[in-house]
Amino acid sequence: MNEELVLMYRKMLTIRAFEEEASELFWKGEILGLLHVSIGEEAVPVGACTNLLPEDHITSTHRGHGDIIGKGADPKYMFAELYGKKTGYCKGRGGSMHIADYSLGIIGANGIVGAGIPISTGSALAQKMLGTRNVTVCFFGDGASNQGTFHESLNLAAIWKLPVIFVCKNNQYGMWTSASYAVSVRDVSERAKGYGIPGVTVDGNDVTAVYEAVHEAVERARNGDGPSLIECKTYRWHGHMEGEEAYGWVYRSPEEAEEWKKRCPILRLEKELLSRGILTEAQVKEIREEAKNEIEEAVKFAEESPLPEPEDAVADLFAGGEE
Amino acid sequence: MRKITYIQAVNEAFREEMRRDPKVFIMGEEVKVGVLGQTEGLFEEFGEEKVRNTPISEQGFVGAGIGAAGSGMRPIVDFMFGNFMYVAMDQLANQAAKLRYMSGGQVNFPMVFYTTTGDMGSTAAQHSDHPVAPFVNMPLLKIVLPSTPYDAKGLLKSAIRDDNPIIFFEEVTLGGIKGDVPEEEYLISIGKGDIKRSGKDVTVVAVGCMAPQALSAAEKLQKEGISVEVADPRTIVPLDKEIILNSVKKTGRLVICEDAPRLCSFASEVSATISEDGFSYLKAPIKRVTREHVPLPFSSPMTEFVLPNESKIIDAIKEALRYENKTR
Repeated sequence: MNEELVLMYRKMLTIRAFEEEASELFWKGEILGLLHVSIGEEAVPVGACTNLLPEDHITSTHRGHGDIIGKGADPKYMFAELYGKKTGYCKGRGGSMHIADYSLGIIGANGIVGAGIPISTGSALAQKMLGTRNVTVCFFGDGASNQGTFHESLNLAAIWKLPVIFVCKNNQYGMWTSASYAVSVRDVSERAKGYGIPGVTVDGNDVTAVYEAVHEAVERARNGDGPSLIECKTYRWHGHMEGEEAYGWVYRSPEEAEEWKKRCPILRLEKELLSRGILTEAQVKEIREEAKNEIEEAVKFAEESPLPEPEDAVADLFAGGEE
Repeated sequence: MRKITYIQAVNEAFREEMRRDPKVFIMGEEVKVGVLGQTEGLFEEFGEEKVRNTPISEQGFVGAGIGAAGSGMRPIVDFMFGNFMYVAMDQLANQAAKLRYMSGGQVNFPMVFYTTTGDMGSTAAQHSDHPVAPFVNMPLLKIVLPSTPYDAKGLLKSAIRDDNPIIFFEEVTLGGIKGDVPEEEYLISIGKGDIKRSGKDVTVVAVGCMAPQALSAAEKLQKEGISVEVADPRTIVPLDKEIILNSVKKTGRLVICEDAPRLCSFASEVSATISEDGFSYLKAPIKRVTREHVPLPFSSPMTEFVLPNESKIIDAIKEALRYENKTR
């Protein structure tokens, strides 16, 4: 487990470095489009994905960089995608909200809130019908838990006992609206009762708690005992989207954000690793440096990569090569 | 040759493809009983794993079909009625149509969205739509709309084998019509139209339930000495443009028939395409025979007024023939 803790620490640092860099590049105007970062929420994808095998699947959201790195994506192809380069995961056709790598079981982030929930359910259906013991982890937010797709999918997964783990990242806000206003229950996990499946809420800033809750759910799913709902309470440090500060909207207090920042999931784990003597100060420094370098190299790769040809927009439209 | 109904042809296509490929399965509302007969007997043969009754949850089971298709299965998702597709519009428009493209072609979504369309008789506006055009406007969804049992079977088998998402529209009013269908296996290529009747005076492009009505109109007009060519594209996307252009080149006049509201219809699209690519062939303005641009009303006199029919086709053909271009 100690080794896993270090790996999780390292991965959380990669996610943090990736998104801090992406945010900076956005402000510099290097990255176009809409950018949603999950800084402060890193423990959820890392704790969850550490339970997964390469052949397991995940679906993610518009705020999906963390989930995707959590499942093993390479930041350099992600940055290339954010830059709209031909070398990006989706050859520049997707962008930040739509990264997928089917070879790693990342069957897609999604720009529509809640749209990945039925897709993950279908992925689990295929895994079951094909006779595998693989599972699908569906990441979504508190906002998506209010979508009809949430209800339809959890019901479907429950009646068919599908190997899917619904992991709700409750980061307290759906766009600019507070979950305390928009969600009818205190804990999203309470909604599991409506489908007769297990539902738990864990501290989403405690990577070990996330790991353990998802571990149990993955075991259940692999054993054919069906889906689970896990709510991870966390906090979105940045706005819904990068650049929103320009609008000057006030929808939460600075104190609230500061309070949550004191509960940083990375510092929390770092403290634990140091206090338990798993890592030394020097090792922590080294790992932090590694993560930073990895991201710098990834950005360099993206910058140096070629843009797609204009005509690439109308090539490879159908499977089987027809136009 | 033996004659079977459109629905029997569809049923055979499902059965044969499910026997051929264990990854093919069907899911949707009431597929177990098979409301209109399309899936009759499949549950008994293939069991509940492969013939999956779903709750009434269109977004849920359409999305699940997409997820399953992207993860190694070949689902057929049955909507029962075309109107119910609207309930799952995000999954169709934003997901099924786009995910392969948006992923940079990483993965295929081999799946068929199967649905009946059209008015089976005073079903009113929420069970009678022919929602072809909305999906034509969503790039990369293939769309099939056959008008005979033979075409239905051959195209459905091809659709199930295709690695792309395909919408298969079954004409509800044609379900009971019989036609020649060989015992032996055959396929019809997606994207290939068919000249259902040769003629020289006017081209009638007719899809779905309009095709038999156009053929019947042509038969009547023959007695008046008018020779009508009837072209059935059979596939809406991709469209067999050549078959229409070649016909119009021969006849110089074009009437397009579609059982759908008029504005931005498939008929409009064919009209625009032929105006652009075949303008020099045309001796008269293109005519469209469609529904009135209103929801389908319940009561019969109004329904008949709104729906296109054989006599409206005959009128349009005669109008196209009467036209003389005085400016040339």
